[in-house]
Amino acid sequence: MIPSRFDYHRPDSVDGAVALLTKYGDEARAIAGGHSLIPMMKLRMAEVQHLVDLQGIDSMKGVSVAGGTVTIGAMMTQHELIANEALAKAAPIIREASLQIADPQVRYVGTIGGNLANGDPGNDMPGLMQCLDATYVLAGPDGTREVAARDFYEAAYFTARSDDEILVSVRFTAPKGGYAYEKQKRKIGDYATAAAAVLIEKDGATCAATSIAMTNLSDTPVWCEAAGAALVGSKLDKSAIDAAVAAMLPTIDPQEDNRGPVEFKKHVAGVMLRRAIERAASRA
Amino acid sequence: MGKMHIKLTVNGKQEELLAEPRELLIHVLRERLGITGPHIGCETSHCGACTVDMDGKSVKSCTVFAAQANGANITTIEGLGNPDGLHVLQQMFKEHHGLQCGFCTPGMITRAWRLLQENPNPTEEDVRFGMAGNLCRCTGYQNIVKAILAAAAELNAAKEAAQ
Amino acid sequence: MNEMTPPKAERAEALKGLGTARKRVEDARFTQGKGNYVDDLKLPGMLFGDFVRSPYAHARVKSINADKAKAIPGVIAVLTADDLRPLNLHWMPTLAGDVQMVLADGKVLFQGQEVAFVVAEDRYIAADAVELVEVEYEELPVVVDPFKAQADDAPVLREDLAGKTEGAHGPRRHHNHIFTWEQGDKDATDAVLGSADVVAEEMVYYHRTHPCPLETCGCVASMDKVNGKLTVHGTFQAPHAVRTVASLISGIAEHNIRIISPDIGGGFGNKVGVYPGYICAIVASIVTGVPVKWVEDRMDNLMATAFARDYWMKGKIAATKDGKITGLWCHVTADHGAFDACADPTKFPAGFFNICTGSYDIPTAYLAVDGIYTNKAPGGVAYRCSFRVTEAAYFIERMIEVLAIELGMDAAELRAKNFIKKEQFPYQSALGWEYDSGDYHTAWDKALSAVGYTELRKEQAERVEAFKRGETRKLLGIGLCHFTEIVGAGPVKNCDILGLGMFDSCEIRIHPTGSAIARLGTISQGQGHATTFAQILASEIGISADDITIEEGDTDTAPYGLGTYGSRSTPVAGAATAMAGRKIRAKAQMIAAYLLEVHDNDVEWDIDRFMVKGAPERFKTMKEIAFASYNQAIPGLEPGLEAVSYYDPPNMTYPFGAYICVMEIDVDTGEHEIRQFYALDDCGTRINPMIIEGQVHGGATEGYAIAMGQELAYDDMGNVKTGTLMDFFIPTSWETPHYTTDHTVTPSPHHPIGAKGVGESPNVGSVPAFSNAVHDAFRPFGLKQAHMPHDHWRIWKIARDLGLHG
Repeated sequence: MIPSRFDYHRPDSVDGAVALLTKYGDEARAIAGGHSLIPMMKLRMAEVQHLVDLQGIDSMKGVSVAGGTVTIGAMMTQHELIANEALAKAAPIIREASLQIADPQVRYVGTIGGNLANGDPGNDMPGLMQCLDATYVLAGPDGTREVAARDFYEAAYFTARSDDEILVSVRFTAPKGGYAYEKQKRKIGDYATAAAAVLIEKDGATCAATSIAMTNLSDTPVWCEAAGAALVGSKLDKSAIDAAVAAMLPTIDPQEDNRGPVEFKKHVAGVMLRRAIERAASRA
Repeated sequence: MGKMHIKLTVNGKQEELLAEPRELLIHVLRERLGITGPHIGCETSHCGACTVDMDGKSVKSCTVFAAQANGANITTIEGLGNPDGLHVLQQMFKEHHGLQCGFCTPGMITRAWRLLQENPNPTEEDVRFGMAGNLCRCTGYQNIVKAILAAAAELNAAKEAAQ
Repeated sequence: MNEMTPPKAERAEALKGLGTARKRVEDARFTQGKGNYVDDLKLPGMLFGDFVRSPYAHARVKSINADKAKAIPGVIAVLTADDLRPLNLHWMPTLAGDVQMVLADGKVLFQGQEVAFVVAEDRYIAADAVELVEVEYEELPVVVDPFKAQADDAPVLREDLAGKTEGAHGPRRHHNHIFTWEQGDKDATDAVLGSADVVAEEMVYYHRTHPCPLETCGCVASMDKVNGKLTVHGTFQAPHAVRTVASLISGIAEHNIRIISPDIGGGFGNKVGVYPGYICAIVASIVTGVPVKWVEDRMDNLMATAFARDYWMKGKIAATKDGKITGLWCHVTADHGAFDACADPTKFPAGFFNICTGSYDIPTAYLAVDGIYTNKAPGGVAYRCSFRVTEAAYFIERMIEVLAIELGMDAAELRAKNFIKKEQFPYQSALGWEYDSGDYHTAWDKALSAVGYTELRKEQAERVEAFKRGETRKLLGIGLCHFTEIVGAGPVKNCDILGLGMFDSCEIRIHPTGSAIARLGTISQGQGHATTFAQILASEIGISADDITIEEGDTDTAPYGLGTYGSRSTPVAGAATAMAGRKIRAKAQMIAAYLLEVHDNDVEWDIDRFMVKGAPERFKTMKEIAFASYNQAIPGLEPGLEAVSYYDPPNMTYPFGAYICVMEIDVDTGEHEIRQFYALDDCGTRINPMIIEGQVHGGATEGYAIAMGQELAYDDMGNVKTGTLMDFFIPTSWETPHYTTDHTVTPSPHHPIGAKGVGESPNVGSVPAFSNAVHDAFRPFGLKQAHMPHDHWRIWKIARDLGLHG
């Protein structure tokens, strides 16, 4: 497994990176941790003539939590996100989900930006960001623009990001209440058979607000507005959870693969969502 | 698409070489620098036989381009001990029969070395979770886990004695 | 004893001989990254070879155009079948008496088949060139199902065999049929089945998987045109056999071929076979005159080098009402892939599958195996087992469970009722084996009480009730297995591979100062031979294991042997080591007697010395004897102290064990958790308990993977669906269970030190234990049989089909 030849660039600024992407057009690809892209290049399933490495761009690093808003630089690795205490306090669901991504070595180099921008339906962070209602900041030749995570994903590997843009950071309001990320996988290092991200706010014993997103059950992550709505106003009892699961199921469209047939994945999606709701509710 | 001038610090030694950017770090180490401790097992970043330490992180060197590693400080199994003095992890792997064919061992020990620096008092669960990026086909892991826990205890005892 | 002599126990301990948990001498190297594996080898001027492989499972090769590939700077050659034909190397013999294409000759028969061999200055250039070789294919109908392959109108796979009604193992009855192998008494078995109180019937499938050692296969071939000598370093589990085969097919005289197996990064059967890569590297080195390296990548390894299992086993088992087994019938449909490249002794085309009566006294049995060609990779190697013994053990241990269901009996009790009794050994089985020794009841009782079997059954019953009341969604399974292995091939009278008798060998030289080197015909792939063979020898010749070097794997220096697989190293080469040691001791006795000025019969052996009978203060240590052997003229004796033994075992050995797995199963997700895994092994005399325990951990982990998810899966088009370690399940430290090991000791009566071999027992025994645990969890709800691997979705499907999802 040997990749084709390419030229390598390591810009030290976002503008520099964007300029390279603009110059080389579809011959260029940005690389962060590379653990999705490099295997594809080694299998010669991704053809890249110009590799634009983002590791030298300091402005894409860092986490800030200010005034209830969390901003994460796209080049933050899963390992750094897990280790960040401020982030764990403001949005503990990120640590919980990150620990379920890949394995230790991959988490040292895999970045949140790469996970979000690649558009691989197997990635965990996109669904999580939809659950958090995050906003992505994209830098391109005409400056920066913002796209909601819930509007970003179009199809597998197709997103609202154009080829000459870079996802530089992600921003969301620190969630309140309970949270859970439930993921079933075959082993450490695997993508999800099904995964559910759930946030729940309670007012007394009543569910006041919620957000639900599902991972690897469609060619994009699926934010399930109706499933969330089914819980609001309920006591989060069995019938409400049943209703949420029932509302979620029509929104997913899993494909058969080595993890199992469609019917199985739908069943597991329901189980993951149910468990995530129960756990989030217990923490709310 | 020419070659690049690449500088690395490997096991404390400065190395400079010309390489195509596409060359993988594992091949640079093994074939250009003759550092054959790290091995190639799966080539898709699943097995961890190629694990080296790069700037304080355990990485799978089959999934790092030489170009990405330019400027990095790298430690391999060859940098952990020497024939006159094995690292405690190396000793404990021998003591607790933590290896059989030896092919995964360099990556395994190099990863454990970083794990114990980040978590000097791991539980068995911590070790099993922290070593899950390294596959072994021979040992069933039980004695690897034992060896790492024993090494942690040894290292802590040595630290205490020094204080 | 004079004051200078340390006590016996101390002297025995100093030897680090049999029974010592001696630390491994290999480890200092391996832990420092100083192993020497084939891909570490770099020779001057060395080129690198890489294959163009078929994307199709069945296609005609219309044309191959390598012009663009050859135009890349650094590409030296592109070999095709046409280049190998003049050398008659475009096909090669397989270990099973079939032939196999080295490079595609007119057509391809499985995905990943070798089509052309690119030789270039380095692996990067070779990979670029592989992309540019243009092959025009015409797709042909694909058959991956061995039952469909036997239809009258099934595609003809092996056109080279057209009209051949006789194969290497008898008549062929269909164009995709390889052989039928029958054992036992068909009529008597039919009669027993026809009149039995109870007959349980089931189809048991042991799916296709792959040994997948962490190091893939590879070699460096180096033809020295000046001295005419071919040296091949490679991942060979049987270096001498490779030398002989290489000589036979290349025409190079055997003394001009040197095969070296360096350190091997795990084998598990994958490195027994001869692969096209070896042949192509050798040819390329002969053509270019420089060394050529070929190392496959992981996808190549999983797609093209030897698979394991793929046995469809139809069984019928007869018993009396109260559970005494009266007969066993079995028919196997064996999917061998495109070429019959099974690694079995010649007379055993289905290996030792006729051990399928297992640990049980079954008076009447019949077995037939049909080998079938399909559009899948060739192989059929023993993945950490002795020649189809894993399949046999899985079959009988499933049939016992199915019979227990039929009888409404506890499966542990049914086993105990039918075990061969201690006093029945040596035991003649209905399918032709003579079991050497065993004490199954003792092992079984020990295992059941160790896990608290009775309490577990109680807990399970309570769990089922709780499940029915809706209080839990988890079931509890208790997986039982009592296996009997047959290892140590084998007696030359009935075991050979390609005509090479399956003896093994050891050659010992004692140095004048009393240390030693021993060379063997085997090769370690992680088993720790350098440690354990020295221990056997230490106990035999009274020289500390620390003073004995063990060397294997170089055919120029090691005595001829058949290599390491099928747990044969300890039973065969270990025996040779002991026997050679005894020859050393016999000569040492004469030397000692001479030095002590007494008759030969007046000295006796005492741990590390000979002493005068009745006068223990008069002795000569082995150190003294060794020195004298070289430096003192002893009338009637040649100088020196050396011995060689070629050991042809009188029988196989029959290790056995009792394994129990306790498993929690989530019926909603299909996930499982191993709560307990208990492994009791009886491998006869125990050489090194530490290494035995390590072997059990490792083999059981392979068994865990196979039972719970590992699969070489194909789609209907013959595409490999599990070609990388993302999908081919190898558990990490996180998923892998914790094991409790235990043992009993029933020595082999015919082995010089009573040892039986253990490397493969845990794979053989653990797969039924894991699988039976899954079945057992669902038994109260009516499950009889569900095929492996028991991955999440398949367990979920069991639950769904039983109506457990509401």
